[in-house]
Amino acid sequence: MEQNSQAVIAAKNLNLVFETNDGSVHALKDVDLTINKGEFVSFIGPSGCGKTTFLRVIADLEQPTGGSISVNGMTPHEAREARAYGYVFQASGLYPWRTIAGNIKLPLEIMGYSKEEQDKRVQQVLELVELDSFGNKYPWQLSGGMQQRASIARALSFDADILLMDEPFGALDEIVRDHLNEQLLALWARTEKTIGFVTHSIPEAVYLSTKIVVMSPRPGRIADVIESTLPKERPLDIRDSKEFLEIAARVRDGLRAGHLDD
Amino acid sequence: MKNLISVLTVVFAIIIIWYGAAYMMNKQWTLDQAERAGTTVTASEVFKDTMAQERPQLPAPHQVLTEIWKTTVEKKITSKRSLIYHGGITLSSTALGFLMGSLLGITLAISIVHSRAMDLSVMPWIIASQTIPILAIAPMIIVVLNAVGISGLIPKAMISMYLSFFPVAVGMVKGLRAPDTMQLDLMKTYRASPWQTLVKLRLPSSMPYLFTSLKIAMAASLVGAIIGELPTGAVAGLGARLLAGSYYGQTIQIWSALISAAVLAAVLVMLIGAIQNITLKRMGMLR
Amino acid sequence: MIWAFVAILFWLGAWALNVYLSRGKLTKRNKFIIPFLFGVTILVLWEGLVVGLNVSPIILPPPSAVAAKFASSLPILWEDFVQTFVKGALSGYIIGCGSAFILAILIDRSPFLQRGLLPVGNFVAALPVIGIAPILVMWFGFDWQSKAAVVVVMVFFPMLVNTVQGLTESDHMQRDLMKTYSASYWQSLLKLRLPAAMPFIFNGLKISTTLALIGAIVAEFFGSPIKGMGFRITTEVGRLALDMVWAEIVVAALAGSAFYGIMALIEKVVTFWHPSQR
Repeated sequence: MEQNSQAVIAAKNLNLVFETNDGSVHALKDVDLTINKGEFVSFIGPSGCGKTTFLRVIADLEQPTGGSISVNGMTPHEAREARAYGYVFQASGLYPWRTIAGNIKLPLEIMGYSKEEQDKRVQQVLELVELDSFGNKYPWQLSGGMQQRASIARALSFDADILLMDEPFGALDEIVRDHLNEQLLALWARTEKTIGFVTHSIPEAVYLSTKIVVMSPRPGRIADVIESTLPKERPLDIRDSKEFLEIAARVRDGLRAGHLDD
Repeated sequence: MKNLISVLTVVFAIIIIWYGAAYMMNKQWTLDQAERAGTTVTASEVFKDTMAQERPQLPAPHQVLTEIWKTTVEKKITSKRSLIYHGGITLSSTALGFLMGSLLGITLAISIVHSRAMDLSVMPWIIASQTIPILAIAPMIIVVLNAVGISGLIPKAMISMYLSFFPVAVGMVKGLRAPDTMQLDLMKTYRASPWQTLVKLRLPSSMPYLFTSLKIAMAASLVGAIIGELPTGAVAGLGARLLAGSYYGQTIQIWSALISAAVLAAVLVMLIGAIQNITLKRMGMLR
Repeated sequence: MIWAFVAILFWLGAWALNVYLSRGKLTKRNKFIIPFLFGVTILVLWEGLVVGLNVSPIILPPPSAVAAKFASSLPILWEDFVQTFVKGALSGYIIGCGSAFILAILIDRSPFLQRGLLPVGNFVAALPVIGIAPILVMWFGFDWQSKAAVVVVMVFFPMLVNTVQGLTESDHMQRDLMKTYSASYWQSLLKLRLPAAMPFIFNGLKISTTLALIGAIVAEFFGSPIKGMGFRITTEVGRLALDMVWAEIVVAALAGSAFYGIMALIEKVVTFWHPSQR
């Protein structure tokens, strides 16, 4: 454990209850979690376990009904106003009427960057996700994997310290997904951002993360928090190593335990 | 519930604006009358008068309602001044034209879906004809059909038919093509005949499209019937009431004909909506 | 009689050709030729039957007579076109669509008003709005101003409903994305919701082209100066000069499809990104 590192996201006793027509749903129950600077944290669990909801609470897209949470030492609302994070959704959500470069420029325009700065940053992040020659293409002219890479570039363009990703590769096939996982790790190593990553896939969570948060549903809560012992350098074949399989087994156990409670 | 309150608020606001506008537009006449008579009128007298003129620029809502009440409930249906009589005439040609138009539209759509030649030759013209103001031909159709000795219900129904077959044809072509490749391929694996495919797959999946276009067709059909009543010299029907009212400056009569036409349109469209709900629920397309 | 026979033969021949063409590969050329041939066939059949069966021109003039009348009365047709289309329909179209668009933007910030106005607007759009023509003619006089007013009323609600609906069209995720940038209301309106609404807005604009022309012509049935397409149609019908009526109808058809075509063309440029356009 890196005791002396600084907490970027700290949730204490966090609760969120949705009032729906069929009664109330306890989406998050007593969630305590600290994410430190530079960590890559995965949230894994079956649907309805609150992993996406937690990410949305961090992003100030949902309001908690109890407990406290701080992002960069501020409330989520202040953090959002301060543009503290980039958010990547399940679908790329690129605007079809803008080119790839135009899409990446979108947050920069909203945040009032100068024209030269916009162009410089667009070029930078396009290189970062290896899409340099596609800036003038429209999203619908690109493959799904490239679209998702462009949406990551869009989230990186304004250089926030935190990157929140909600199942960004969920809709892609396995081969593309492996490739993007590798690229994401390289990108994380280069930029030293703090990443919150929601996923359904155990191998993906283990391969990417320094910390794996296993969650279980009804009510949505944290079942286990696993600190990864894998080195920072991770080639794809690390997934066949004994250490990797041990961590994966522990995640699986955590998930199964959550299900037995039902 | 929330929607209902919003809608009622908007409707209420419209009625308030209507009263305000009636006051503003009728005020001048009241003041002129008073000046001619050499009397002065108080503000409250002006207001009272603007709400009760015989030929106001804009009748107040309650005047229109009173007129509708007088010409529906208090008049015999056979009377020439009964709105029910006039509404009935408009309704009969609307319904006849709607029926003919819908049948024609559905038939045309079925043949377009099944014949490539029909599709390629006729479809572009159907779409292009949507952009042409067909209503402009209405007077000609009436007069020409009169010249060959056809008069009364049929010419008006022809206009309604003409207006209502387009939306049905276009909507049904879309609806009959709604089944996806997988569903059509499935029928192919059963070696279903085109007729079986039509009855068991295409027609059922076209139902939502059919009802949507039937609503448009019904509204169009009513407009056609009203316009068709204009050139016949304003004998009978809601359109005739509109025209007669505008000849003699009877604004209350115009407005009451207009409101009844609106109510008729609303009832007819809601009727189709109700049939749509029942049918789609029976077919399990609506939960 | 022989003419009718020839026309029917031509019809059968052309139809056979169309069936043959549509069996073949669907080239861009065939996609144009087939409907074109169909249109020509209709004209030939019309001409042949009218001439061959000695149909009285009071009932149906042959296309050749309509064409001749069209060519010989260009100044009148142009005058009517300017009166009805340019002064009546076009000005009403611009005012009506413009004010509906502005109202849609104004009520955009109030979900309450939207919920109330949308059903009312949908309701009004299904009503025989054209019936308001005699009232507006009474208010605004016989000249083009009253025609423009009728057009304003006719196009207003379809345009309003389409714009309001279009502004709600951007999906949840895209609006969340704007939120994560903490974008202001106007930023998300200009950068996200207006562009996303464009297909709907153009749908309203296209529907309104036809409505505008109908409104302007029909309003003239209730009173007009001695020019205008609606005026000409009613008076020439009264004199049983159907060739002139048909000439006006040709003008109306040309104006209507050109107006629609221009809007569709602008739509193609503006919403090039929409799946229906690419």
